Amino acid sequence: MNVAPTAGTQKITLTYRDAVKAAIREALQRDERVFLMGEDVGRYGGCYAVSKGLLDEFGPDRIRDTPLSESGFVGAGIGAALGGMRPIVEVMTVNFSMLCLDQILNSAATIRHMSGGQFSIPLVIRMATGAGRQLAAQHSHSLEGWYAHIPGIRVLTPATLEDARGMLATALADPDPVLIFENVLLYHMTGEIAADAGPVDIDRAAIRRAGRDISLITYGGSLWKTLKAAEELAGLGIEAEIVDLRTLRPLDDATIMQSVRKTRRAVIVDEGWKTGSLSAEIAARIVEQCFWSLDAPIGRVCTAEVPIPYPKHLEDAALPQPPAIVAAARAAVWR
Amino acid sequence: MTAREDKPHLTRPHVLHLLREMLRIRRFEERSAELYQQEKIRGFLHLYIGEEAVAVGVMQALGADDAIVATYREHGQALARGVSMNGVMAEMYGKQEGSSRGRGGSMHIFDAKTRFYGGNAIVGGGLPIAVGLALADKMQRRPRVTACFFGEGAAAEGEFHESMNLAALWRLPVLFVCENNLYAMGTALAISESETDIHLKAQSYRVASEAVDGMDVVAVEAAARRAVAAIHAGAGPFFLECRTYRFRAHSMFDAQLYRSKAEIEAWKQRCPIARLTAWAKASSLIHDDDIAAIEREIAAEVQASVDFSEAGTWEPVAELCRDVTTPREVR
Repeated sequence: MNVAPTAGTQKITLTYRDAVKAAIREALQRDERVFLMGEDVGRYGGCYAVSKGLLDEFGPDRIRDTPLSESGFVGAGIGAALGGMRPIVEVMTVNFSMLCLDQILNSAATIRHMSGGQFSIPLVIRMATGAGRQLAAQHSHSLEGWYAHIPGIRVLTPATLEDARGMLATALADPDPVLIFENVLLYHMTGEIAADAGPVDIDRAAIRRAGRDISLITYGGSLWKTLKAAEELAGLGIEAEIVDLRTLRPLDDATIMQSVRKTRRAVIVDEGWKTGSLSAEIAARIVEQCFWSLDAPIGRVCTAEVPIPYPKHLEDAALPQPPAIVAAARAAVWR
Repeated sequence: MTAREDKPHLTRPHVLHLLREMLRIRRFEERSAELYQQEKIRGFLHLYIGEEAVAVGVMQALGADDAIVATYREHGQALARGVSMNGVMAEMYGKQEGSSRGRGGSMHIFDAKTRFYGGNAIVGGGLPIAVGLALADKMQRRPRVTACFFGEGAAAEGEFHESMNLAALWRLPVLFVCENNLYAMGTALAISESETDIHLKAQSYRVASEAVDGMDVVAVEAAARRAVAAIHAGAGPFFLECRTYRFRAHSMFDAQLYRSKAEIEAWKQRCPIARLTAWAKASSLIHDDDIAAIEREIAAEVQASVDFSEAGTWEPVAELCRDVTTPREVR
């Protein structure tokens, strides 16, 4: 498998949504075992219009509308994977995935182990995650950190167009269950990628901005807020290095620690709630592995401990935002 | 007799086979209960004693390419399916020679060779997986059946209803086998279900269904063969409710406060093994010598499985974290 985004000379402009769709289309074209299944993926075109047009191209068997039965169709995805297919199951949002958590945790993540290694589950589950669209407390949460707690699954958070385009193929080639979390605010993001952009690695974090003064560690939708904060910090003479985790499980400790050992300071930006969060896990690992390199306490910018509220000003206030990231970074560098 | 015939043929060899298969489960589990008392087997141990006719009857209708998804009371299905007795016993010992390398124990028997997909200990959790296995067969145009065993307690779970709907909606080749033993652990059917006629629930999803005497192995086999024939004819899923009873406690921790001794005794009068034996002897198909011979063979097989398990080895602790994910080439 190709490990790096191919550096084609030809560029195309597209949205994150288009990139995911292109990845799904290519997977369907390349491997007849692949099919997409989920609520409203077919006739409706996908809740976030990711699969719009694919039904006409591939038919209702492979672009399979399901009833509102998250546990049923995720479990069916597990069974289909056991039966030799390569299902892509779309759960409309991570909030609804609580209804199929049993299948993800008790079946998908355990069957290989419980069977003594006899059965792997080559299943990909895609979900939208994140807040910012005033959808209130049952459609806005970021629970991908919870999934990162579970041994037996891999958790991906594509933040860039290249990753949106390239992670799916690598995930489908993985013999084990892979969960892909797509932040809802990224679907409209437009940019250029190589016309022949292809599969990317799903093992390594990426340095999205090099810097010497502080490591800002983040993933998914928060990457762009963190990049914005870094620009502001640069204006203050603080050069931040940005680590995009990309894969929340297994975490790429090596890349995180390499950055922290260089900058000696770290702030973690995580759209999950702070208590018991992925940010807590990363902070603990930094302390375990880099304690003697640290020059300042580790900072965290997380979502306020509140169900996401509906009004725009309160929703914005609940989420990690660039000013809070700037403030946390400045506190860490004493400037 | 081939697996695809849709009626049982009660020849002497077949009757002996049915009897032997039920007795294998019975004697294996009686020994398992003793081994539990001796602390050779730990954790949960759910015995199938009393329900043997269901697993044995249904398995007669399945072919080698078909798949089985079972629940946590699955020793009977595993043995009747052809998972090796050594493998099942060693699994309960937790030895690495077990069918799941000892990682699962009594509730998680898996066997790739016989397409035996667990051993699922979340009630109702196996049904969607069976639906998916059948979906894979249908999409790949393989004429296979997936048989899914579960208790009547599963009918209260959402996954039961989601799975009925999906299987019917997509006309999938699933044989749902409901082992209605009247108690979900200790909760009687009548105090947990508004509709106690379980197979009617399947009908409400337009899944063809039938209720059968689960204490009669021949009746179960006949019904399962009809069901499998209907599935192969393209009729979509079939729901077979087998009315049965477990003679033993739910698990080894159950004082059975929720049912009377008289009720248990009444059901024991309907023991599927005694019933087949009495009928076959009265029909002069088998004789006492046959039964004695079968008992000797089974005793030897059970003892061999115990010896195999005793001689089995503990997985090195250094391998603790294996089989969490599939080994991959480093990219």
